[in-house]
Amino acid sequence: MNKVVNDAYEAIRGIESGMTVMFGGFGLCGIPENCLKALAESTVDRLTCISNNAGVDNFGLGVLLRKHQMKTMIASYVGENKEFERQLLSGELEVILMPQGTLAERIRAGGAGIPAFFVPAGYGTEVQEGKEVREFNGKMYIMELGLTADFSIVKAKYGDTKGNLIYNKTANNFNHPMATAGKITIAEVEELVPFGTLDPNQIHTPGVFVQRIFQGKDYEKRIEFLTTRS
Amino acid sequence: MSLDKNGIAKRIAQELHDGYYVNLGIGIPTLVANYIPDGMEVTLQSENGLLGIGPFPTAEEADADLINAGKQTVTAIPGAAYFDSAASFAMIRGGHIDLTVLGAFEVSESGDIASWKVPGKLIKGMGGAMDLVAAARNIIVAMQHTDKEGNSKLLKQCTLPLTGVRCVKRIVTNLAVIDVTPEGFKLIERAPGISVEDIKTATEGTLLIEGEVPEMEV
Repeated sequence: MNKVVNDAYEAIRGIESGMTVMFGGFGLCGIPENCLKALAESTVDRLTCISNNAGVDNFGLGVLLRKHQMKTMIASYVGENKEFERQLLSGELEVILMPQGTLAERIRAGGAGIPAFFVPAGYGTEVQEGKEVREFNGKMYIMELGLTADFSIVKAKYGDTKGNLIYNKTANNFNHPMATAGKITIAEVEELVPFGTLDPNQIHTPGVFVQRIFQGKDYEKRIEFLTTRS
Repeated sequence: MSLDKNGIAKRIAQELHDGYYVNLGIGIPTLVANYIPDGMEVTLQSENGLLGIGPFPTAEEADADLINAGKQTVTAIPGAAYFDSAASFAMIRGGHIDLTVLGAFEVSESGDIASWKVPGKLIKGMGGAMDLVAAARNIIVAMQHTDKEGNSKLLKQCTLPLTGVRCVKRIVTNLAVIDVTPEGFKLIERAPGISVEDIKTATEGTLLIEGEVPEMEV
């Protein structure tokens, strides 16, 4: 089976209005820039987007936001985005915030076929509202559900034609768990190589999780807060 | 004189031990990294997927693929490790992180913390703070003792939405080091030149004072 597609436009075929889509990345680090751009140029709207953050005003998921393509956002931290705040306060956008580790584990569990599990994060807070609470070994936990998506879109440094992926440094973040949790997972990579050329010891995401892959182009890799020492 | 941000960070650094794995939050907690005692091995974890945070990079070294949880460019020390977000929170939730230092809007005398939301004003999200306070073995809060209007941030009960319940062990402020005990806040140390009376006035919650309260050595 050929997993390789030509570009982002071909990769996002089948993403329809109203679908749930996961986007890898933390802030602007490790985001699937090519697919985000292609989606922003499409007419798809009313998306439920699952991503740790919401991008910035003119880059990343912020572009989908500005074009009103999002109905619901599921995230853990959405600061640094004025348009997001505006749409949230005006009621144009529904936002579901949850603890970052809970979000990561819900995605991991979804990809691993685990429908529900218990975590301590959020016990006694508004995150607990409406959820089952149980005590284990004298500590209180709340039940969280596994998360999956119609499509997951991830970005890796290297990928091969069988969909095996290797991430770079902290650009892994949510990409690996999300790659496991999409009914269809799209991987865009900086460098696409023939299968058999990546070291099997170094693979982060085995190709079984990936259905479509392509080599992206013109990566901007913007830095949100450039912090240097003198 | 009350401590400045660096003074608070310097005092918190005295809580570190050799071999500790530590998660430092955004703001004052980040400054603690500057005061790790020479010769002590402390490994800093960043919840976006890095164990072994190094100094900020030079302009030439800055790499978009290497950031901390505050989305700032960083470096990694020799012997560092990268991992995905689910693995990162397995470290945190599994109790493998020895100490978490984070900021707060409010702390209650029972150890509740509010740090993520001001209804009607601020909607940024909790990020990793709820996971950290629910699971770390030891949690120290670094903050100012009072807000900008002079209201105490050490309360009988938090007024803002909570980040976690009964989790804070110790609070280091510009005025004092205070522990959370079953009976309430307990004054451990005073900032240089700050009187017990000053601290009492600035603390809304129950404040236990036993004997002579020593001055901090910072």
